Amino acid sequence: MKELSDLTAGKTALVLDPKDNVAIALTDLAAGDVCTVAEDGGNKYEATVVEKIPFGHKFALVDLAADAPVYKYGEEIGKMKVAIKKGTWIHVHNMYCERGM
Amino acid sequence: MGDKFLGFRRENGTVGVRNLIAIIPSVFCSAKVAQRISESVPGTVHFSHPVGCSQVGEDLEITAKTLIGIGRNPNFAGVVVVGLGCERFTPRELFDGIAPTGKMLEMVVIQDEGDSIKAIDAGTRFARKMQQAASQQQRAEADVSELMIGLNCGGSDTTSGLVANPALGIASDNLVAQGGSSILTELTELLGTEHILARRAVNEQVAADILRVIGNMEERLKQQTRHSSNAKRKNLISTGNYDGGLSSVVEKSLGGMKKSGNAQFVEVFAYGDAPTKKGLLLLDGPGHDGEVTTGQAAAGAQIVCFPTGRGTPSGFPGLPVIKITGNPRTYQRMKENIDINAGTVITGEKSLQEVGEEIYQEILAVANGKLSKAEVLGHDEQFCITRMP
Repeated sequence: MKELSDLTAGKTALVLDPKDNVAIALTDLAAGDVCTVAEDGGNKYEATVVEKIPFGHKFALVDLAADAPVYKYGEEIGKMKVAIKKGTWIHVHNMYCERGM
Repeated sequence: MGDKFLGFRRENGTVGVRNLIAIIPSVFCSAKVAQRISESVPGTVHFSHPVGCSQVGEDLEITAKTLIGIGRNPNFAGVVVVGLGCERFTPRELFDGIAPTGKMLEMVVIQDEGDSIKAIDAGTRFARKMQQAASQQQRAEADVSELMIGLNCGGSDTTSGLVANPALGIASDNLVAQGGSSILTELTELLGTEHILARRAVNEQVAADILRVIGNMEERLKQQTRHSSNAKRKNLISTGNYDGGLSSVVEKSLGGMKKSGNAQFVEVFAYGDAPTKKGLLLLDGPGHDGEVTTGQAAAGAQIVCFPTGRGTPSGFPGLPVIKITGNPRTYQRMKENIDINAGTVITGEKSLQEVGEEIYQEILAVANGKLSKAEVLGHDEQFCITRMP
C-alpha cells in the first residue's frame, strides 16, 4: 500500500483486489467529482462519481445489474437490489447480503 | 532468539505484564463488597458482574470457567475471592480453581463474616497485605514467546479493514513467528470468511473446527433474529459501521479477519478455556467487545490490541488495551484515548509495514510497563462474561 502515499493530495479512491467492482473513497467526493482510482498493484485511472460518496464509502466501477455480486477484497460482500450505473454509491439502500446486514 | 520484555514471573511459570491484585466476586451479590475492597487499596482491580447464581448448564459453566480464568491471569500477583455464601458458583470452587497457580490467594464470604461492612474490612486487610508483598517483586527478562495478545476491534469503519486491522495483523504475525500467541475471536463478525480462515488452519481438524464454530454462531444468530417480533433487531452490524461505509456483515468480517495476519491457526478453543497450544488461536465467542476481551483475559492474554475506526475509549481491568485507529480524523478527535494512529497510512506518512512495526514495538513497550491510554484514564468497562441462551 506504499502507493497510497502520493494519493492524498487530490480526490482519491482505492481498489483492493483485481476482482473488485467497487472502489473505496479515501476523500469525501461530491456528485460529478473526478477522482484518481488506485489499484492495489499501483495502476491508476480516473473515474467520475454520480453522487456524493463519503470518506470510506464505496462506489461502482462498472454498471451493475440487479442481483449482480458486489466484490471487495476479492470476495463477494453482497448483491445489488437494483441495477445501477458506474459511479453510483453502493450501500445498504441498494445492496443486500444473504448472510446478514 | 526472540525479542525480550521485562515481566513478572509467576510461580507456575507464566509471566504477567502488570503486577496487580484482583478482587473477584463469585456472584453478583458480592460485587459491591469487591468494589469497596478495591477502592480501599490502590493497585487492585475488581471484577463486578451480574452472574454467578440462578444459572444452569453451559451458561453457569462458562461463568465458572471464565471467573477462574480471570483469577489465573498472570497479570495478577494475588486474588481476593469475595463470596456471598449461598450462591450456585461457590467461592470455594473459584478459590480452588485459582489455587494451582500458586499465587497469593484469600477468600472472604459475606455470610461467614457477618455483614458487608465486616467483609469489606476483612477483604481490605487481605488486599493490603498482598499489595505490599507484590510491590517487592521486580520485573525480570522474559521471551516474547511468553506473550499472548487478544485481538478485538470495535466501532469499525472502512479504515479498520483497510489499514488498522492489516497493520495489527503484521504485528500479530511477528509475535507468532517468535513463538508468542495471538487470539482472534468475534465469530459473529467472521461470517463469510470461514473458507479463507479454514485454508489457514494447520491441519484438517483445526479447519473443521473453524467451519463448525462459525457455522454454529451463524445458526445462533438466525435463531435470535428469526421471529418477526424481532424484525427491528436483526442487524448484525452497528449503526456506526454503516455510517463508516460498511454495508454488510461479510464486508465487516473480511476486514475484521485481517487482524489475524497471515499465520496458520493452530487451535480453536472454547470460551472460558485456556488454549493448549501457542501460536495463532481462535476463541469461540461472539463479537461483543467486552465478551471478547473477557474471554481472552480468561484464556491468559496479558494485553489486548484493539483497532477502532469510529473511536472507543473502553478498557479492561488489569489488562492494557492498546487502541489503534486507521481513521486519521478519529485520531485527531480522540487522541487522548487512542494509542496508535494507523491513519498515517491513509495520509501517506507511513507504509502499512511501518505501522505494523510501530504496533509491535508498542506491544513490547506496554509489556515492559508503559501504560496504555485506557489504563491511564481508568477505563475498565470491558469485563463482561458471555451468556448462553
